[in-house]
Amino acid sequence: MSLHLGPIFKTLRRHKIAAGLIVLEVALSCAIICNAVFLIGQRLTGMEQPSGFAEQELVMLQVNAIRKEAKPEAATQRDLALLRALPGVLHATVTNQVPFGGSSNNGGVATSGEPGRPDTNAAWYLMGDDWLQTSGLRLIAGRDFLPEEYRDPSSLGADGLGGIPGIIVNRALAEKFFPGESAPGKVVYAGSDKPVKIVGVVERLGRIRPADEQFNGPAAVLLPLRPSYDMGVYLLRVAPAQRDAVIKAAKLALQQQGRHRMVEAPVSLTELRSRQYAQDRYMAWTLGIVCLVLLVVTALGIIGLANFWVRQRSRMIGTRRALGATRGQILRYFQLENLLLSALGIALGMVAAYAINLALMLNYQLPRLPLAYLPVGALALLALGQLAVLGPARRAAALPPVQVLRG
Amino acid sequence: MFAYYLDLALRSFRSHPVLTGLMVLALGLGIGACMTTLTVFHVLSADPLPGRSQHLYQVQLDAGQLAYYRPGAEPEEQLTRFDAQALLAEAQAPQQAMMTGGQVILQGPDEQLEPRSSDVRYTSADFFAMFGLPFQYGGPWSAADDASHARQVVISRELNEAMFGGGNSVGKTLRVQDTEMRVVGVLGAWRLTPHFYDLNTGDYGQTEGLYLPFSTSRELELPRSGTMNCWGNEHIPDATAPNAPCVWIQYWVRLPDAGAVQRYRDYLNAYSERQRGAGRFERPPNVRLRNVPEWLAFKQVVPGDVRLQLWLALGFLVVCLTNTVGLLLAKCLRAAPQIGVRRALGASRRAIFAQFLVEALAIGLAGGLLGLLLAWLGLLGVRHNPASYAELARLDLPMLAAALAVSLLASLAAGLLPAWRAAQVAPALQLKSQ
Repeated sequence: MSLHLGPIFKTLRRHKIAAGLIVLEVALSCAIICNAVFLIGQRLTGMEQPSGFAEQELVMLQVNAIRKEAKPEAATQRDLALLRALPGVLHATVTNQVPFGGSSNNGGVATSGEPGRPDTNAAWYLMGDDWLQTSGLRLIAGRDFLPEEYRDPSSLGADGLGGIPGIIVNRALAEKFFPGESAPGKVVYAGSDKPVKIVGVVERLGRIRPADEQFNGPAAVLLPLRPSYDMGVYLLRVAPAQRDAVIKAAKLALQQQGRHRMVEAPVSLTELRSRQYAQDRYMAWTLGIVCLVLLVVTALGIIGLANFWVRQRSRMIGTRRALGATRGQILRYFQLENLLLSALGIALGMVAAYAINLALMLNYQLPRLPLAYLPVGALALLALGQLAVLGPARRAAALPPVQVLRG
Repeated sequence: MFAYYLDLALRSFRSHPVLTGLMVLALGLGIGACMTTLTVFHVLSADPLPGRSQHLYQVQLDAGQLAYYRPGAEPEEQLTRFDAQALLAEAQAPQQAMMTGGQVILQGPDEQLEPRSSDVRYTSADFFAMFGLPFQYGGPWSAADDASHARQVVISRELNEAMFGGGNSVGKTLRVQDTEMRVVGVLGAWRLTPHFYDLNTGDYGQTEGLYLPFSTSRELELPRSGTMNCWGNEHIPDATAPNAPCVWIQYWVRLPDAGAVQRYRDYLNAYSERQRGAGRFERPPNVRLRNVPEWLAFKQVVPGDVRLQLWLALGFLVVCLTNTVGLLLAKCLRAAPQIGVRRALGASRRAIFAQFLVEALAIGLAGGLLGLLLAWLGLLGVRHNPASYAELARLDLPMLAAALAVSLLASLAAGLLPAWRAAQVAPALQLKSQ
């Protein structure tokens, strides 16, 4: 196949403005689409980040006190016994925070007790009995707390958190403080100048808002401090098939404990996750729709100008056909022309895509655009251009030689 | 002449309906996307209290530990209870209020009704006059009520509807966390967007349902919410205690002019020195006073996604415009023979230029109208989005005017180049080549 680039360049030089506009449009579309697809990818990966919890099987239940209770700790234990007895409930515990829940509790953790020591900000989980079994978190080293190690926060003495017998940390914190070493048995300082011994390491435990990890880091600790129900929420591990039944039964059971409290509607963790990422999902859809419409608009622009060129050059086409050019040669002429313009647009577009990405990195804490996105965007626009020009090019190829010359 | 050009434009549209339709569609899509995102941006970045906000200042002091001190670093955004109460007692500004948020359970006079939970603001007497809350019935409580921990509440119009079925409820009682309190005021329509005085408890969501004295809230240990930061290695049994090393109170003052701002800043520095002298503050004075617009800019309260969408829509509009320029150009060049005839018959370049500009404007107008329709649909979509600001996204008169202006400007910009090219067509050449 012979490539007749010469005539194409000559023609394009006579239509600098129109050709320039197509190049510009392809370049802008390419730049925007590369970045939009990258942003969609970022949102989707964020949404799929695992929490480490057995989300499918977990239900959160919040009870608010209307009147302050004399012994909220005792009421909490009573509630838990009641919840554990419900059919379908595998485990139940009380915790100060759950992933994707409302309020978070964070604090400093350090390897030294000196004032002015560097603190590492960590998510602080206060856990009641049976917490690890309920959450489904996996221990990768050490052990769980022993029943006698749990404390009530209200019973902490003057030592405060220095009085707790142990702490469980997540893998991220263990690897940061003790790289290459076994963390259990080592000591850290958490909210006190007294050391506390690490008894176990859990594989994955994060902030309740995963986006916070970008700013505050991935560290998290578990403290054997049973929150009372007015400081936290109940967490139930249920058999997935019975989840809805348990949700109803649990609310009713707690409501029957008296009118001095208000029992909020129980929520599954999958529902909480879905709410947490609703905005990201919405944004991903918006970006996706804009990309699609952008492609359609660009295609329409190419079709419009190509149609115009075909009509304008109908005499030239007729002459070439009369001189022996085949339909295929005419078709390829227009396809090649479009390929040239698209390629030029894409080349410019990639530079622009990188520039936009730089601006986004400065303003939105986004990572650098992976190079892999560029060829994907390039191929998409090349294919689009070829598809768009196909109709006009076929029309050009179908022009009968004689008639055109006569006209 | 304008009418004639318009007639020519309409003829041209009729003879190229597909091309014209494409141009209107592209322009409409671009303008629709831009107007949708601009409206959201406009609503979210609007002044929450026009005429008042530049005189309202948020106070920041630096009560942190010397051990973690970095000179010039931003101090905590909230105050300790001790400092807030001290500033309030010394009352060095014309108006001032300390405050924090919470959530309480309410019960009405009817025992049988389900209890409901509501957002609450614990604050001090000046709050209402300072932020200009409108009262439908009754009024705020007084500084004396603050001092006596009065069991008094001001309720929102919505809560009044829900609990008392509307009407003048001043003097009625409701139970807040099982403590009986008397309604002293019912607010009129009041929704702060954004909820600037406490961004910890939501930014564009609903404004709180009731207000009661901070002093009362502490005496009754009512539940609080929002961000709280504590420091130090001492065990803190109660972080809300007056002397706890924890910041969780927002403090706002009204300062009428630059002189007052300077005097108040001096006072805050002197206060910090005094606290340092007394051993309470470890760091040198480090105060901030930001008025509402400065505070909103500092907190970057307009969501990043909204700004991103605005840029995306602008980029989209540029692509649509490029498209329209290209199509208009094609159309002008296709009309070259007619232009040649018109030129040969005596039409000036200027006349040809005007003719094609009018054609572009007509397309722009049609695109603008289509864009408005699309923006209306787009905002309908935005109102169904999960963000707290969703229901605020509505077109208003300024945005309608802006839409029209954008579409005309855009079509003018798109029409200039093709019209100029059309005006270059030489009369003789075109006639000859036919």
